Amino acid sequence: MLGLGADRLRADMNRLLALLFHQGVLDEQFLQLQQLQDESSPNFVSEVVNIYFHESEKLLRNLRGLLMDREFTDYKKMGIHLNQFMGSSSSIGAKRVRNVCVAFRAASEQNNRAGCLRALELLEHEYCYLKNKMHELFQLEQQRLLAAGVRYPMQN
Amino acid sequence: MTVEDKRSGLVNEDKFPIGMRILAVDDDPICLKVLENLLRKCHYQVTTTNQAIAALKMLRENKKYDLVISDVNMPDMDGFKLLELVGLEMDLPVIMLSAHSDKELVYKGVTHGAVDYLLKPVRIEELKNIWQHVIRRKKLQPKDQNTSPNQDKPLDGAGGSGQGVSSSGSADQNGKVNRKRKDQDEDEEEEGEENLHENEEPGTQKKPRVVWSVELHRKFVAAVNQLGLDKAVPKKILDLMNVEGLTRENVASHLQKYRLYLKRISSVASQQANMVAAFGAKDSSYLRMGSLDGFGDFRTLSGPGRLSSTSISSYTPGGMLGRLNSPGGLTLRGISSSGLLQSGHSQSLSNSVNTLGKFQPALLPASQGANLFQGVQSSVEPNQLQAKSNTHIGEFNRNDDTAGFTLATSFSDGRVTIGGLSNTVSSSTSNPLMLQVNPQQSQSREAFATQSSLSVPSLNQESFDVDVHGSSNFLDHSRCTENWQGAVQLSKFTANSLPLSEPFSHDSLSTSNLRDNISSTISQIGNGLNDFSSSSVLGTPSDSRVDMQGQTSSMGDVVQNMSYNSRQRWEEHSQDYNPNLNNSFSNINSFFLAMALWHGEVENSALDPKMRSNEDYLLEQTKSQNGFAQNNYESLDDMMNAMIKREQNETMLMDGEFGFDAYSLGSCL
Repeated sequence: MLGLGADRLRADMNRLLALLFHQGVLDEQFLQLQQLQDESSPNFVSEVVNIYFHESEKLLRNLRGLLMDREFTDYKKMGIHLNQFMGSSSSIGAKRVRNVCVAFRAASEQNNRAGCLRALELLEHEYCYLKNKMHELFQLEQQRLLAAGVRYPMQN
Repeated sequence: MTVEDKRSGLVNEDKFPIGMRILAVDDDPICLKVLENLLRKCHYQVTTTNQAIAALKMLRENKKYDLVISDVNMPDMDGFKLLELVGLEMDLPVIMLSAHSDKELVYKGVTHGAVDYLLKPVRIEELKNIWQHVIRRKKLQPKDQNTSPNQDKPLDGAGGSGQGVSSSGSADQNGKVNRKRKDQDEDEEEEGEENLHENEEPGTQKKPRVVWSVELHRKFVAAVNQLGLDKAVPKKILDLMNVEGLTRENVASHLQKYRLYLKRISSVASQQANMVAAFGAKDSSYLRMGSLDGFGDFRTLSGPGRLSSTSISSYTPGGMLGRLNSPGGLTLRGISSSGLLQSGHSQSLSNSVNTLGKFQPALLPASQGANLFQGVQSSVEPNQLQAKSNTHIGEFNRNDDTAGFTLATSFSDGRVTIGGLSNTVSSSTSNPLMLQVNPQQSQSREAFATQSSLSVPSLNQESFDVDVHGSSNFLDHSRCTENWQGAVQLSKFTANSLPLSEPFSHDSLSTSNLRDNISSTISQIGNGLNDFSSSSVLGTPSDSRVDMQGQTSSMGDVVQNMSYNSRQRWEEHSQDYNPNLNNSFSNINSFFLAMALWHGEVENSALDPKMRSNEDYLLEQTKSQNGFAQNNYESLDDMMNAMIKREQNETMLMDGEFGFDAYSLGSCL
């Protein structure tokens, strides 16, 4: 039972991952993260992704704060935030988020405030979608571990 | 895995790159964490920090790291700034990371010295190969293994520390290198490659510098000659030398330099001619010195007979024996401008000389031009110069070939900053004659190239003559030694000689003498060879790396002195000499003599007599000089000796010291 449960959970996880890959939300960098997870760092992926969420939300808040400001002129500062966002997103394999960042950066370099706003919204949207899916994935993983660990500790 | 090797990642060579110590810096915690894990996966030892300032602190605390990976955009410090600092202070390879691949950023990374530029997200495949940067750096700079490898300068370049050949013969290590080279048979065209192997002595640099005095160097050269350059291994050399307190590592590094020097000399032939040409210009004394430097190199000339023949043949295309280009003579560069420069910091001289060898810019204390002297510098050792000249010279060295020229060029530009020489150099460079130095030569030295004035081009003899004066002298000093070989190519020589001048300036005492000598020598060279010889005479004093050690100033002085004082003498001699010059050898010898004089305080008088009889003169010089002459130079050495001696009298080289020269000269021979 539990074994089946674990297997099914794993199948669900894989299906979800496949979907995310297909949608372009994730790319192979995420797979690399998974490969880095081993006995010495068993929760590597979730740790990294959690940090990512934490940082990203901070960045998004900053970006929004900048753009909401009527007298916003400091595109350079925005660029710095974007740069970091881009770097971290690409590091975990969040492809779509990163792509939006690129567009955002382009608009920012042109001092196109409207364009930046649009990009920001798109960014927030993509980010939310990613975050939800990631949570889903982690939940499945946790359940799978529980299912597999309870009865068959040697497995997994 | 993870070798617990704290020292150098290479310590466990068999396991390398496992355990390579990396410092990762990135303000983005996600990237940092991912990078850390990726690196761990590659079995590296990773230390991370999200602040550049903390990273610097860690590096400065002397924690051994092999490689640094740094992000470009960081809030507390610009990534490029960190890159620069790390390169300067610790000389570690640095890889830049960024989310953007802007061409400007990548370019900036390159110009600031990054060994690579990676794009985020970093893949593990890319990280698996980053150890190559560590190895490359270590291989290129056989520096102390404990410290991060020296900058990735080409072996040549690095002026100092045993880095590859670049020391341009200049005895980085207190001019000993220069001397060493000189002593070795220049003729032997020893490739520095062998030295490179020797350079494997890690940690050699770190030891307290052994001052390679003339005597020591002479012993060294004698030992090497006894063993045969090919068979000369540090252990045996050490045994033969039987000097207390000398370690195998010291010998090894010295040997390496020596080999480089030899190599330089042999290759600089043509350049020397140029140098000589270049030197022809004004400051003559410097130039001469500089050229003499080449002379210093003329150790490579090794044996007047040897050198000249080899060098001459090789260099003088048109049979311009006179061409100082002969690597032997002119290669002032090789000669060590360093040697010459050493004396005083003529630095610049060495610079010019450096062209040959990578003289230590040290020679040119003031002159930025030191570059030229690089070669000279090496000998000259004056670190000050080195800094200055090194820059130039370094380039010079690189070009080695053109080194001679470059020196010249640099000289002309005044870049030579060789203290005093720069003037001369520039002056000389301005000399149309001298400056014949082909820009081509300077090409190598881009920096110098500006010199155009030096145009020490192939030295066509004519120019040689004229130019040679200044330049040759210079060259000699500067370690044209390489050029000396016969490369009448004053251009080279000039380049070299230029450096020489520099050193001389320092010592003004000896240098002046040398200078005179050199100048005179150079004038003599007018015939082409003659010039060469004169340059040799003049120049190499500095080269005498051998001397350079203590004498650096003396060399410089000698050179200068020689050039100045003996100028007249030289003139005289040159006349006599000229005939001989045909051989270029004699010139070279005299040059060497000059150098020798320069070094060992060759007595001026000694030089004079020698110089006179061109060939005989040369020989005499060497012989009379100190025994030094006896060395192989025969003609060149003699010349040098003579030159040096002559100058020396006045200054310092002469006496005894010459022994050093002789040492370099002779032993080289």
